[in-house]
Amino acid sequence: MSDGPPELETTSGPQIGRDEWVARAEERAAGPGSGLDRARRWLNRTPQIVLLVGFAAVVALVPVLTSDEYILRVATDTMLYVLLAVGLNVAVGWAGLLDLGYIAFYGFAAYLFAELASPHYGIHWPLWATLPIVIAGTILLGFLLALPSRRVSGDYLAIVTLFFGQIFVTLTIQGYKWDWLGFGAAHDITGGPTGLTQIDPWRIFGHELTQVRDYLWAALGGFVIVALALTFANHSRTGRAWRALRDDPLAAEVMSMPVKRMMLLAVAVGAGVAGLAGAINGAYYQGVFPSSFGFPTLITVYAMVILGGAGSLPGVVAGAVLVNVLLEVLRTPDHARWVFYVLIIAGLVAKIRPWRVLAALVGGLVAFGLVVNAIVGAVWPRGTAGPISTGVSAFTEHGWLAEALRHWLVLPKNTYELANYQVGNYAFVILIGLVLALTAVRGRRRYLLLVPTIWTAAFVWETRLVEEAPTTRPLLLGAILIVLMATRPQGLLGTPRVEIV
Amino acid sequence: MLAILGFAFYDWHYFFGQLVDGLTHGSLYALLALGYTMVYGILKLLNFAHGDVYMLGAYMGYVVLTGLGGSLAPEVPTPMLIILMFGAAMLGCALLGVVIERFAYRPLRKAPRIAPLISALGVSFFLQQTAVLLFRPIPKSYDTYSLHGGQLFHHVSLGNLRIQYAQILVIASAVGLMIALALLVWRTNIGKAMRATSYDLEAASMMGIDVDRVIAFTFFVGSALAGAAGVMTGLVYQNIQPYMGFGAGLKAFTAAVVGGIGSIPGAMLGGMIIGVAEQFTIGYLSSAFQDLITLSVLIVFMMFRPTGILGTPIPQKA
Repeated sequence: MSDGPPELETTSGPQIGRDEWVARAEERAAGPGSGLDRARRWLNRTPQIVLLVGFAAVVALVPVLTSDEYILRVATDTMLYVLLAVGLNVAVGWAGLLDLGYIAFYGFAAYLFAELASPHYGIHWPLWATLPIVIAGTILLGFLLALPSRRVSGDYLAIVTLFFGQIFVTLTIQGYKWDWLGFGAAHDITGGPTGLTQIDPWRIFGHELTQVRDYLWAALGGFVIVALALTFANHSRTGRAWRALRDDPLAAEVMSMPVKRMMLLAVAVGAGVAGLAGAINGAYYQGVFPSSFGFPTLITVYAMVILGGAGSLPGVVAGAVLVNVLLEVLRTPDHARWVFYVLIIAGLVAKIRPWRVLAALVGGLVAFGLVVNAIVGAVWPRGTAGPISTGVSAFTEHGWLAEALRHWLVLPKNTYELANYQVGNYAFVILIGLVLALTAVRGRRRYLLLVPTIWTAAFVWETRLVEEAPTTRPLLLGAILIVLMATRPQGLLGTPRVEIV
Repeated sequence: MLAILGFAFYDWHYFFGQLVDGLTHGSLYALLALGYTMVYGILKLLNFAHGDVYMLGAYMGYVVLTGLGGSLAPEVPTPMLIILMFGAAMLGCALLGVVIERFAYRPLRKAPRIAPLISALGVSFFLQQTAVLLFRPIPKSYDTYSLHGGQLFHHVSLGNLRIQYAQILVIASAVGLMIALALLVWRTNIGKAMRATSYDLEAASMMGIDVDRVIAFTFFVGSALAGAAGVMTGLVYQNIQPYMGFGAGLKAFTAAVVGGIGSIPGAMLGGMIIGVAEQFTIGYLSSAFQDLITLSVLIVFMMFRPTGILGTPIPQKA
């Protein structure tokens, strides 16, 4: 997909996009760039339809290849997130708007579907009636919410939508005692904190979708339709207007584009996709709960869009898959440990050149851990007596990796007791300080600082983070957003944008 | 319904009680709104993380409180304890604010408009989850009812008006801090530099103002006020929890919009208005509507007076 300006070659004519050409001087001087940049260029060259068909084929085959319930569930969750991320991309990636009510739209759609197809009101409308109503209702909601901010700058859209997202959760939690401002008796609309359950499954052409794999296919089908429609939209006048709005609203307005209308449209289209995802969500989980539509979900979807590369459909899809699989892996400490250590080593190998520095760094790292362990062991024997006790593979109490880690890190005897988290807390704060310091120093000092940083990271990981997946996962999402914005704001597969001043 | 409302208004005792509660709450919003408005005035950045800085300020006060023996048996005299809590939280938050600006926002000064906003969102979520990790998600209590025999919560009566010492403490110190801020902004050189930078960042830097330093200082001051607000929350409302910063931040931002974004007196006024409006909603309608009222106020202002009560219209330019 040719999102934004095309890749400019050095030989291209100097007339059009000249500023951009000058601004990219550094980038061109850097040469062909990393493997990621090559991947991006390859994706941009490949016709969108080929990618879509390939992706759809792979996903559609998953239920054929495996009948493992867990894998199917993860795949279906991932597809739902892919759908959500693609919808959010319209507002964030193309129109450059911060739509923070997106998850509330998603939740609204799920609740609306639940009201129309569950025993809560005893309404059991068929899918051909509920789906259009849900999608239309959600589009209307997105439109209405964006309406007040049409006269003011985009920041107000962000704050209004964020506020709405917050209120949506409050209202759904308190919606079971709705008393119409004191008129009439209390009335249960949303089922309160426990949500609505026993939602009807989807029914397509007389076939009731009851299996997990049915919803995987349903989500995939929805995604294919949405992706096709959005690709066409992106190449149309509307898509070009969105990107103009993103790159320079003032210039776009001067060019007589209906900037405010395009803004409303972007939010509404995104809301429509969220509506579809919400309807799938309600039927797939057979229940809707306020806690699924809060701030953490919003950050998850944002992390997907930003990590993959806002503005690039293949990028966003890749981001959603990557983030959701990563989050899933982090649930099990045993897998999480592998990911953590492999990522650190891979990162070192990929980033540190020449190999002599790398060897010195790894050697220093090992020596550092052993020395610290020896010192602590001599002063306070109990301090190094701790086990790495979870997991089933190399991390079991006497697995080879666990033994290695025990002698490299400092794990007190009662590492995994709940009350013993003070040390890990201090180490966490120190770790953040070290990481920040790392970004501030250059040259040899950075390598010197890297050694204690990695050691502290491993220490915090083992004493605190690995066992607390419910906190580690969101922490990681927040960190992804911050780090990406500072280092690679275009995401993994997005096209870098240059602000022309 | 209306009859109940009408009747309630004749109950002046109740009315004044709600008013004082609203002003207490409003003082906190005003302190927070100042941080939003100053940063927005200079960088045009919605600092989503500000509410979470405030939340961490409340926790810093809590750490000092428990470190000094807790409310039941503090090791230092009560006034000293309260001063220490304020000092630690204000200094800690100020440094935190400067660090956030330096590492999350400064590298993005030249990036597309949406980049620092997303970074701010990430910082907000990261701080929230850090608090969950460090202090657990369950609420912690300042337990100031036990402090000094609960004297903070004794009443002073003036006719129909009954006001607790804690509320006097909050309102008075908020007003004191605002006066100090006003003096800083309008009477000192750095304040003049702040106003100049807020008026036109580029021109200010051409006039020899170290813009980066001014921005860092703005974050320092704004976050210190947020830290103070955090400790006040703990003192008056006891309970603090990792998610409190999110909602408070939204409302404080609304307060800044109502007062006129970029205007310092506006933020104070807006905070008080939002606080009182919210308290009257709770007192006379239902607590279910308090957020809804604030959102409605925000939307009404956005539609009919986007510059707020005291703001001046900003001409849009690239």
